[in-house]
Amino acid sequence: MVQIIDKNRLIVSTSPHFRCEESTRHIIWSVVLALQPASFMSVYFFGPMAVAILTISIFSAVVCEYGYQKLLRKKVTIDDGSAVLTGLLLGLTLPPSVPMYIPVIGSFVAIVVAKQLFGGFGFNIFNPALIGRAFLQVSFPKLMTTWFEPTAWLESAATFFLVDAKTTATPLGVLKEEGLQRLLELSGNYMNLYTNLLFGNRAGSLGETSVVALALGAAFLLYRRYISWRIPISYLVTAGLLAWVFGGKDELFTGNPVIHLMTGGIILCAFFMATDYVTSPLEWRGQILFGVGCGFIAMLIRLKGGYPEGVMFSVLLMNCFTPLIDRSFRPKVFGTAEKRGPAS
Amino acid sequence: MQLTFKGGVHPPDSKELSMDRAIRRAKAPKRVVILMSQHIGAPCKPVVEIGQQVKMGEVIGAPQGFVSAPIHSSVSGKIIAIGSFLSATGRYSPAVVIENDFQDEWVYLNERPDYQSLLIDQLKHMVKEAGIVGMGGAAFPTHVKLSPPKEKPIDTVIINGIECEPYLTADYRLMLQNPREIIEGSKIIMKILDVKKAIIGIENNKPEAIKVMKEAAASESEITVLGLEVKYPQGAEKMLIKSALDRKVPPRGLPMDVGVVVQNVGTSVAIYEAVRYGKPLIERVVTVSGGAINYPANLIVRIGTPIADIIEECGNFKTIVSKVIVGGPMMGFSVCDLDIPVTKGISGIIAMPATGLVHVDDFKNCIRCGRCLDACPMGLMPSMLSVTSERGFYEMAKEYNLFDCFECGSCTFVCPSRRPIVQFIRLAKSLVKP
Repeated sequence: MVQIIDKNRLIVSTSPHFRCEESTRHIIWSVVLALQPASFMSVYFFGPMAVAILTISIFSAVVCEYGYQKLLRKKVTIDDGSAVLTGLLLGLTLPPSVPMYIPVIGSFVAIVVAKQLFGGFGFNIFNPALIGRAFLQVSFPKLMTTWFEPTAWLESAATFFLVDAKTTATPLGVLKEEGLQRLLELSGNYMNLYTNLLFGNRAGSLGETSVVALALGAAFLLYRRYISWRIPISYLVTAGLLAWVFGGKDELFTGNPVIHLMTGGIILCAFFMATDYVTSPLEWRGQILFGVGCGFIAMLIRLKGGYPEGVMFSVLLMNCFTPLIDRSFRPKVFGTAEKRGPAS
Repeated sequence: MQLTFKGGVHPPDSKELSMDRAIRRAKAPKRVVILMSQHIGAPCKPVVEIGQQVKMGEVIGAPQGFVSAPIHSSVSGKIIAIGSFLSATGRYSPAVVIENDFQDEWVYLNERPDYQSLLIDQLKHMVKEAGIVGMGGAAFPTHVKLSPPKEKPIDTVIINGIECEPYLTADYRLMLQNPREIIEGSKIIMKILDVKKAIIGIENNKPEAIKVMKEAAASESEITVLGLEVKYPQGAEKMLIKSALDRKVPPRGLPMDVGVVVQNVGTSVAIYEAVRYGKPLIERVVTVSGGAINYPANLIVRIGTPIADIIEECGNFKTIVSKVIVGGPMMGFSVCDLDIPVTKGISGIIAMPATGLVHVDDFKNCIRCGRCLDACPMGLMPSMLSVTSERGFYEMAKEYNLFDCFECGSCTFVCPSRRPIVQFIRLAKSLVKP
């Protein structure tokens, strides 16, 4: 007869006794993967500086997480990929020529201040990468708004590290300061302008320029259902509508929504930052409201505010409202308010 | 568009292990341990004494109160002990232990070939005396379900042949092998409830069963067989009623609030046997399966058989076992002891090998991904329930409709952070008042 088993080895736990294969780790690493086309394009356009900034940003984010958790004798969770993702996202939002201490400071603020001090992954109220970037923008306004022409690093040995490369303005900056006409003049015609914006051949932060590369990653995430369409689409639609209605020079309904949606960091933000699980609402109506709010604030800043770009603050400000939105929008409990037969 | 409900998950069903194994009778055990608490409601009181001889089908536990069902001996033999025994739920229950004399001597069974002429009250009495309870798992006394109050008129009976739990094939085999009895049982239920409409609900992944049941019901104009979408927990009463009839049972309500009574196919057969042959509920079909079982099977097992005996009958374990689950893997109980006896509500014994995501020890923080909201068939926020309960804010969990959860486990199944959400919910439920 076969020995039955050692009783002590039977595991007792509550149901369900089955789990699906999906894990947090897998989701996070998939988002990192989805950002690879954009990272690749940043290296193509901005050369060795892009490699250096992204590497340092990721590395310091991981070191900060590891150091903090070791110091406080917590379980080290760098393998879940969230620190890598935060570092990568932060790096992709930085201008291409910042000194190397900038990503280090940014990562520190993102990981330690915005994430770990709030209780770690899952408990942060604000998107860590955006907090890191907001801190940098406020503390180093000059460094954070110095832009270079794309592919300038290929021009000569002197500009290889973008040190002596010619600085320029971002399309959004031109749009704000000098208007659409000037932007057109710079590119020649609409066709050129749109092509440049689509592929990312323009000045801007490392990872935000190439709409195609970002769309590729976003499509992957949507296809795998790691993100839903609700936040990004409501975000972009709201921003587009507002750009169309109020973005014109003198009259209403004369703005150009396409340019507004393809410049700045709105695509990166809408698909990769506003959709951050931890800091966005849970329920679908709440998510749409969140996206609409983001679009509204972003366009308010772009059209009426002091900064040319407002997507970063739009997401951070809406992050504040997430708990409130969650409290207001809850799924309908099965069977509520449904009665059969004549009302009594 | 398939008939379905909102939410739910698709766990791998693994039914192929046992779905082609015809139901056969298991060997009678040397002794049976018959628990006095095999149903929802008051436990029975033993009415036998140590040393007493009993026959098969003899009442050994008397019901206490209306929501209770009598318990009968499943063997003939001698009472050797009356005491407290561990049940699958991990609680102790009073129990009667009977040593089998292998004579299989029945008490007098009142056969009624003329059962179709019996009156409603007679039928109801027979169901009650036979100790029949819901055999899908919940084990709610059937005669109570068949006695809805006057102010809740019933217009439809749903016969539950869904069996959405992975691995389980007991109901499936029953539908293939005993379709006639299921139909006759359904007709008795319809007669008791004075209802003109019955629906037999079966998941679309069991086309054979749908075919067989449709053939069996072909001559019955009042009984329809419906194929429903394959999705867990399609077999939960509220979900089944939504899918089949598009009616929603209100929160904390019962099926009778929307004019429905749901009975499992196994219960239907038991009702038929009780009425036609006077046979009390002393055995049931149990699926024995799982990756660690040598020869998966569907067995007719006597109530009170220790699960170790059943596992031995199925060729024992073929590999190291990490969990033995009584019931289905989504809502069943993992047991710590193989001497636990089979009760009326146990539809499966699943032995899981120590591979795969059977047991997860550590869990991470909730990352608010929202998968549990999409999975919850009740429209709750399981993430918030688990977070509030984890922090000890049990009263706050109530604001998130804690008591509307029926613990189907869909949220926990999909959670990428592997949080034991159902466990947190149970903890909160046990610590606050509804």
